[in-house]
Parts: sequence; structure tokens; C-alpha cells
Amino acid sequence: MYLGELSGLKIGQATRDAFGDALKELGEQFPTVVTVDGDVGNSTRTEVFAKAHPDRAFNVGIAESNMVSVAGGLASTGHIPVVASFAAFLMCNAYDQIRMSIAFPGMNVKMVGTHAGISIGEDGPSQMGIEDVSLACSLPGVVVMVTADAVSTKAATKAMLEYEGPVYLRLGRPGVSEIYTDSDSFEIGKANTVREGDDVTIIANGLMVAGAIDAATKLAEDGISARVIDMHTIKPLDTDAIAKAARETGAIVVAEEHLAHGGLGSAVSMAVSQIDPVPMAYVNVGDCFAESGDPQGLLDKYGLTADAIVEAVKKVK
Amino acid sequence: MAAQANALSMEELKEKGKVLRRLIIKMTTEAGSGHPSSSLSAVEVVNALWFGGFMKYDPQNPTWEARDRFILSKGHAVPVLYAAMAEAGYFSTDDVMTLRKLGSPFEGHPNMKRLPGIEASTGSLGQGLSLGIGQALGARLNKNGANVFVVIGDGEMEEGQVWEALAAAEKYKLGNLTAIIDQNGYQQTGATKDVLDMGSFEDKIAAFGWHTQTINGNCQETVVEALEAAAKVTDRPKAIISQTKKGYGILPVLEEAGDTNYHGKPLSPELAEKALALLS
Repeated sequence: MYLGELSGLKIGQATRDAFGDALKELGEQFPTVVTVDGDVGNSTRTEVFAKAHPDRAFNVGIAESNMVSVAGGLASTGHIPVVASFAAFLMCNAYDQIRMSIAFPGMNVKMVGTHAGISIGEDGPSQMGIEDVSLACSLPGVVVMVTADAVSTKAATKAMLEYEGPVYLRLGRPGVSEIYTDSDSFEIGKANTVREGDDVTIIANGLMVAGAIDAATKLAEDGISARVIDMHTIKPLDTDAIAKAARETGAIVVAEEHLAHGGLGSAVSMAVSQIDPVPMAYVNVGDCFAESGDPQGLLDKYGLTADAIVEAVKKVK
Repeated sequence: MAAQANALSMEELKEKGKVLRRLIIKMTTEAGSGHPSSSLSAVEVVNALWFGGFMKYDPQNPTWEARDRFILSKGHAVPVLYAAMAEAGYFSTDDVMTLRKLGSPFEGHPNMKRLPGIEASTGSLGQGLSLGIGQALGARLNKNGANVFVVIGDGEMEEGQVWEALAAAEKYKLGNLTAIIDQNGYQQTGATKDVLDMGSFEDKIAAFGWHTQTINGNCQETVVEALEAAAKVTDRPKAIISQTKKGYGILPVLEEAGDTNYHGKPLSPELAEKALALLS
């Protein structure tokens, strides 16, 4: 059973596909947008933009360090570079270049890491960006976003182009459940409450939002009313939404497709501890590299399921 | 708005070189830290670019879009850049005496966020040429005719990213990009040939399809001629391997101090006095 199925959500586009489509369309509206690719454009979907705007797309080969610094240089001439690669290669291979060529000078570069999380499946742990959010969040001045579905990814793509400054957007490989409709709002730094509830709050991002909605559906059968918040922006964090959740529901569970350390769980717990300490529990990949396997099997094995969220809720309620 | 620096005569240029050297020594000795010897080797190149008529810039309008870009990839040599920019009129020569002091925008390595006119924040070696590619591509998209000059250290050439950049610049035939390798023969712990002998930079860079020249980079006339030759090449990226001496201009003082590498340390006030006397 896929995440979201229990609640009747339908599988839609992968977030990377939505990003590619959005970028191509936005290319008309934003004439200074350019892409810098490390020869994975057909996977990250920047290829869709490149085909529509070949003069504004640069493939510098399998050379992530150069790719990131070239993007920094392009930004300093007034362009809006979108530099995309697998999250693992972008954040891990080119971290110093991101630090020095983009973050430190505050360059207006949009970094997009696709194939994040264990849900990439069979390609295995070398390809899974599961520490990327931690790395991105540690850089001063960088906005960090993880989107849950196609609609919010399209909105996030537009929002990041409109925002002036460095942004990291994390995307996944497989198709994910449709959570939003076009009429829903999306604002950087403002969490979306996707299910109302009073007994506990599940804060999630990425494909775990669908898992959290399923968990809320299951909890309702036991008479527990769970609020579900899609914390699509980790930095800056929507501390107002967190404070309200702590105050009104008295317990928080954080679910993410990321390592235990340095991701959404760390960010939320730091906020909660300073605002209104309440019992908390976490659902994440833990402190390990995962393994090859089919995506659904991996999510089950590493505990990224609605059941795991339900169990976590029962620990804090 | 346009501005073109007036090219100094060769005699004036050589005098300017001495002024830059004196400033480098004064500011690093005043700071009590820094890299004077790494700065001094690159004086003739920086001097020619800023005052020999090879770069267009406007100190009154440092963000003028069509300006040429200068990137000091070997960011630790930033005193040579601060000296040139002070002489060009971006700020006063008194200002740069706050080098490395708390609150000063004249940081130990170039920081573009704190000092208008600095085109790239550097200090982590290996990134300048890639930034230069981005700026050269950007200038091409902006159709403003801007050129990009990147000064790279020879030790820095050991960074793999530089070779990624050499390949990419050739792919895009960046005729508006010039890399100058300041080959002073030394890096932090010793001679580059002992640390990691890279062989001939000219052979290797030429093999990437770049236009290349190897010159005596401490001869002002030769540097000017090489930049003139490079300026005529517009269909591919250009490299000048500028063979220099670390600490050029004050070598007798460094020899007396018993350290011709003299990496990453300022001259004492006594040695600085001797060096300034040599350059007077």
C-alpha cells in the first residue's frame, strides 16, 4: 500500500517531473533563468527546460564542483541559475563550492536536489540523498524546502524564482500522492495544515506528508484527532505553526525521509524546546545508510510508514 | 555609462608596480598577518590588468553591468588586489591599512558582500576559474562585451575543479575568459615541484584547446605583450602561465630573513623598513 492510499489519495506526478514542467513554463516569465547541469538533466528534468530554452541551458559534464561554481558566477552577472543534480551529488560532492561560491556571497542560485531519500529504490545507498537537508540547513542564509506533491512543487518552483537569494529544493524520484489542488496556497516559510486535529500534531514533509495523512485516518478510528502539518520549508521554519500545534495539541510527532540528525526533526525539536516543550517522537531513516531494494519495500523496512507514525503518536499521547 | 581605465605608459606602469608593492608590505605588516610574498609575485599581472588598459571598470559605479571582471582565485594574495583597487580609486590607501582588523571590509580573503568592486568571494582554492566561466557565460547572455580575468595560483592548480573548468571553458569557446596562472613555484609547505609536480602547465592547458603562452611574469613589458596577444584571441579561452618569483621586488630581504618562500607571514617592522627602502 502506497503512502496516501489509505486516505484515498491518488498517485500523481513525481516532484521532479512537476519541477521540470514548471521550470519550462516559468522560463518564459523569468527570462534570466538559466540551468546548469552536471549531465543528469534527463533525470532531474531540467532537460525539459533545456529543450525549450537551449541558449539558457549549460551542461558542464560530470563535474559537480565546477557546475556549482559556474552557477555562482552566472548569478553574479544577474542571472537566476537553477543548478540541479541528484541530492547526494549536489550537496555531498559540491558542498564546499555551495558554501563558498553560493552561500557565503549570498548568490541568487536555486539548488535543486532530486532523487532524495530511500524511495529512489534499487540504485541503492550511494545514490540516496538522506543527509542533504542537514547539510543545506547548516549553511547560513540558505532557504531549504522539501515538497510533498506535484502541485506544491510547481508552486515552490515559482516561489523560489521570485525569492532573491540562495535556495535548496529537495525532490524525489517516484510518483507521489496528490495532496494539494491548484487553489491551495504556497508560501516559503509558511507551513500548510493539511488536516485539522486537536489531540496530537504530525509535522511532516516530502512523501511523509501522505504517510502522516494516512496515520491521521488510522488514528481517527481510535478516536484520536491528529493535526497534520506539511512543513515544506525547514529554513526559515514556521515557528508560529509549531507553537500553535504545541499549545493546542500538546504532543508532536515529526516524520521525514531523512537521517535522524539535522533534518526536520532536529529543526522542529529545537523550536519546540524553546517555545513550549511538549512530548515529541520521530519517524525517520535513523542513523544508517540504507540499501538497494524496491521503493515500497525500503519504506516498509526502514519504518517510513503510516503504522510507524501511529506508533510514534501512541508514545507521546 | 562607460569607463575605460587610461593605460599608463610603461614607465608609469613600472612606478605603479612599486606603489602596489609598498602598499602590500605596509598593509600586511600593519595587520601583523597575511601573505605578502604570494601577493608580490602577482604584481606585474595585476598592475597591467588594472593600469595597462586591459580592463574597463568604473570605481564610481562598481556594479556597472558591462565592466570587466577580475577574480583573484588565489584569494590569500588579496593585498595585491586591495592595493590595485585603492590606486584605481575604489577607496583610499589609508582604508586598506585596516586589513584583517575586526570590522574592516578588507578581510583576509576577498569578500564581495563587504566590499563593492570585489567580483568573487574566494579563499577556498580551486573555484575562481569556474566562477569566471559563469561570469563569462553571463556576459555572453547579457551581450555586453565584458571580459573576465582570473588569477590562479600554481599550487591551486592541484585542485581537480580547475581541470573541470578548463574543459568546460573550452566547450563553450569562452573567448572573453583569460586565466593567468601565477607560477611562483612555491606553495604552503614548499616548492610545488616537490609537493605535487604537475609538469608543464602550458602543455596540459593547450591540450584542453586553450590559447596558451608562458612568460616571465615579473617582466612588466612581457606581461603587457602577453595580455595584448591574448586580447586578440576571441574564439577560445586564453591562459597565460606567468612564471614569477614569490616575494619578487624584495627578494634580498627575504633571503636575509632566510626564507625565500615566506608563505603566509608578514614582514616584521624592521624587515618591512628594509623592503620599503628597496622599493623607494
